[in-house]
Amino acid sequence: MKKLALIAVLFIGIILFWAVEDMPAFGDPEAPATRYTGELYIRSALHDVGIENIVTAILASYRGFDTLGEVVVIFTAGISVSLLLRRGGCL
Amino acid sequence: MPVRENVVIRTVSRLAVPFIQVFALYVIVHGASGAGGGFQGGVVFAASFVLMVIAFGLGSVRKRIDNRGFMICSVLGIFAYAGIGFLCLLFAGNYLEYGAIEAALGIPHLHGLLIDVVEAGIGINVMAVMTSIIYDIAEQRGKSL
Repeated sequence: MKKLALIAVLFIGIILFWAVEDMPAFGDPEAPATRYTGELYIRSALHDVGIENIVTAILASYRGFDTLGEVVVIFTAGISVSLLLRRGGCL
Repeated sequence: MPVRENVVIRTVSRLAVPFIQVFALYVIVHGASGAGGGFQGGVVFAASFVLMVIAFGLGSVRKRIDNRGFMICSVLGIFAYAGIGFLCLLFAGNYLEYGAIEAALGIPHLHGLLIDVVEAGIGINVMAVMTSIIYDIAEQRGKSL
């Protein structure tokens, strides 16, 4: 069983290292991740939103509804932990 | 077990907690113009409460703010966020379209200020939920912590 697991790990590891060659170089301006929407956000974030931090502009303004969902998820997780750990107590 | 007898830990945490909390508020408020944001600042604020629970025990921290207070805080954080969204509806925009309020009132940089309010709501919510979980775990391990 241990040998089988070792062979599986080596097999998956070799496949992953094989795939590393196809990834874009670090900081490559021609990489697909930086060519389309990334450039659009860098050009228009300051004009659209008016704050300097592009990450916050995307998080709170462009993707504001998504972040509201994230906050509700955190709240639901907190309620769930309270109900599981505090059996019978009130919130 | 609280480390009530260790005067070094109590003194150092009594000195460190205000600085941690001020740094957390700085991280939350600085989210619009630099590295930072509501999630990170809320976690740093919760860390100050964890340090207080470790140093002074759960009972003495809970005297200042209890589970009920933290639950009310987390709901208030979500209401601050969702309320800004409904405010945008009142000014004839889409939900969470801050630009509608800025255009209707004509105040410059209002968009960024509304994002600050939203980040503060996120920070309050994250701080309250994290500390509430820490309270529950500390209580579960025995009443003395």
